[in-house]
Amino acid sequence: MSDSRMEQPLNLRLAVCIKQVPDTTNIRINPETNTLMREGVASIINPFDMYALEEALRLKERYGGTVTVISMGPPQAEAALRDALSFGPDKAVLLSDRAFAGADTLATSLTLSAALKKLGPFDVILAGKQAMDGDTGQVGPGIAENLGIPHVTEIRRIEAIAEDRRITVQRLLEDGYVRLRAALPVLLTVVKEINEPRLPSLRGKMNAKKAEIPRWTAEELGLKPEETGLNGSPTQVMKIFTPPKPEGGKLFKGEVKESVATLLSELTGAGILLGKGRGGAR
Amino acid sequence: MSGIQVIVHKCVGCGVCEQVCPYGAITMENDLPLFGPECTLCGACVEACPYDAIIIVKETSEEVDPSGYSGILVYAEHRSGRIASVVPEIIGAALALKKDLGEPVAALLMGKDVSAAAAELLQYGIDTVYLADHPDIRDFEEDTAAEVFAQVVRMKKPAIVLGGGTVEGRSLLPRVAVKLRTGLTADCTELAIEPESRLLKQTRPAFGGNIMATILTERNRPQMATVRHKVMSEAPRLEGPVTGTVEKLKVTVPPSALEVLEFVEERSDTVNLTEADVIVSAGRGIKDPKNLVLVEKLALAAGGALGASRAVVDAGWIPYSHQVGQTGKTVNPTVYIACGISGAIQHLAGMKSSDIIVAVNSDEHAPIFEVADYGIVGDLFEVIPEMIKQLGG
Ligand SMILES: Cc1cc2nc3c(=O)[nH]c(=O)nc-3n(C[C@H](O)[C@H](O)[C@H](O)COP(=O)(O)OP(=O)(O)OC[C@H]3O[C@@H](n4cnc5c(N)ncnc54)[C@H](O)[C@@H]3O)c2cc1C
Ligand SMILES: Nc1ncnc2c1ncn2[C@@H]1O[C@H](COP(=O)(O)O)[C@@H](O)[C@H]1O
Repeated sequence: MSDSRMEQPLNLRLAVCIKQVPDTTNIRINPETNTLMREGVASIINPFDMYALEEALRLKERYGGTVTVISMGPPQAEAALRDALSFGPDKAVLLSDRAFAGADTLATSLTLSAALKKLGPFDVILAGKQAMDGDTGQVGPGIAENLGIPHVTEIRRIEAIAEDRRITVQRLLEDGYVRLRAALPVLLTVVKEINEPRLPSLRGKMNAKKAEIPRWTAEELGLKPEETGLNGSPTQVMKIFTPPKPEGGKLFKGEVKESVATLLSELTGAGILLGKGRGGAR
Repeated sequence: MSGIQVIVHKCVGCGVCEQVCPYGAITMENDLPLFGPECTLCGACVEACPYDAIIIVKETSEEVDPSGYSGILVYAEHRSGRIASVVPEIIGAALALKKDLGEPVAALLMGKDVSAAAAELLQYGIDTVYLADHPDIRDFEEDTAAEVFAQVVRMKKPAIVLGGGTVEGRSLLPRVAVKLRTGLTADCTELAIEPESRLLKQTRPAFGGNIMATILTERNRPQMATVRHKVMSEAPRLEGPVTGTVEKLKVTVPPSALEVLEFVEERSDTVNLTEADVIVSAGRGIKDPKNLVLVEKLALAAGGALGASRAVVDAGWIPYSHQVGQTGKTVNPTVYIACGISGAIQHLAGMKSSDIIVAVNSDEHAPIFEVADYGIVGDLFEVIPEMIKQLGG
């Protein structure tokens, strides 16, 4: 393949892990019963994973290679993979089995890494910084550990992959960023800043519609019943509850000068001093 | 069979489970819930069922003998020997657990030339600092760090391991947990000991803070958790003499596959959102990028950092490192001042747990006012200059 944008042909084997999550935009709390309401909550690809997919496609454009997308989830997660295919990756595989249900991050990362071993080896595996439902961010590093490869989280930029197959990345930190270099293979989790995902092409959509998406079970991955899903999960949810609803705050609607004065004196009363010398960061 | 089960004689067919299921996996048939393949065993229905008619049954696999494990180990995150500000908070949480558990608290400090930090850690009143001082344990090389960490856990067998819910903690601890084949609960906002079982109750927000879950690691050891920054109270420094001791450990340090090229600090006082006590955030209500200076001025006057909603980041008015919310940073300042931010659920997910929320918005019905402790309904172009003025900025 000769692409004008290609920097260097490295024929990369790229994998992206995507998760189907409920679109939390539509999740609301029922104020009467204080429970989660789902009014026809749509399922979407976890937003961070869209950036992971886009980055994989860009790496393919820059260095050549193939992009494989995998997801573990219930049968309907196939829709997420089909969606992903419309952006142009080469292949998608669904890991679906009743035995996977109830997986925590340990069981999930084990299951995904079993599939990555079977499909691989891969040079770069991309995942999102975290999934919107669980918000843990533990699956990416967990996969890397299972595969015995290094990982770097919160990638905001992939600078380049050199001829010697070493990758240079920028990792976002609380107080700046760090530039790191690693020999391939590596697992990277990405933040939103890394790119702006493309739109699917018409041809991509057509291809996605027709594509075969193999579905693998625990048995096909060579995983034992006690390793996956609920059984393979050391953590157990004991209780789920809605956080106490905040009590109504104080609203100031009057004259601006007075509102601001009252607000600041209330804050002072609560022991909070705003002001210059206090320093933004400790 | 493990999985979800309905106790038929308890179920009255009320259908509450069907409504609360976040995955739409339940349909009512003949007045009984039927669980579709969408079910992820999340347990929302178990909790919601008014009749305790739904249970999740787990096949018990091999038992781990928890008796060999005791004590609490705190991971002392640091950068070049400078202890991370989350560490005194984790120690505070660990000391509170110690009261109920009656077992010692230790900290794991590993790195190059970090003995000074060990002395500092003892001032927070812990019993032991396990010190792995080794020239080849370097900042950001987490593959190596995870290996050393796991060695120490295998050696010392703590019942509980806690780390910060920081960029590093949330990257390093998952690797350690996989090495040890144990459970890890992310970003906890509450920790407690369950009296009878003496298990660690780990409570954390999920679904962008819409629900809270309490999680147990029953059979595996250690029980591991990361702790959200700025939620737990810091352990006070000892006033009397230090009683804890430093124990030097011999560890094997494998080479790292990572090579640090450069750390670039973003110096500005207004960017370090996770450390800031005061955050002033700008939303689309500022209307034009040139008005960002106004909010920045308020941030300076209030002694705070500058945050933003995604709308402002996506418009390209401010870099992503300032974004607060589900796809940005999660922050917990003492005061969060939202200026011209509507309060979309994804924004709230990142700042809802701030101690005090102040909102300035011209729309009285903006959802931000539902979470605000103090709200000023008004035009931010009038309110903010007034605030700056009264703060003497
Ligand atoms: C998957 C996903 C992830 C997301 N992640 C995030 C995230 O991490 N962080 C985030 O912030 N958002 C996130 N969003 C976007 C979120 O849904 C909202 O679109 C966004 O927060 C809105 O930003 P805003 O409040 O600044 O803008 P708007 O919703 O447009 O609100 C502007 C507000 O300013 C007020 N206003 C206007 N003029 C004035 C004036 N003169 N004086 C005072 N008030 C005024 C208006 O009344 C309005 O309430 C995400 C969305 C999705 C789908
Ligand atoms: N079931 C899954 N299938 C595929 N990828 C997943 C799955 N769960 C998590 N991931 C990946 O791991 C990242 C972090 O997820 P989490 O650790 O659950 O917050 C996600 O952004 C995905 O890239």
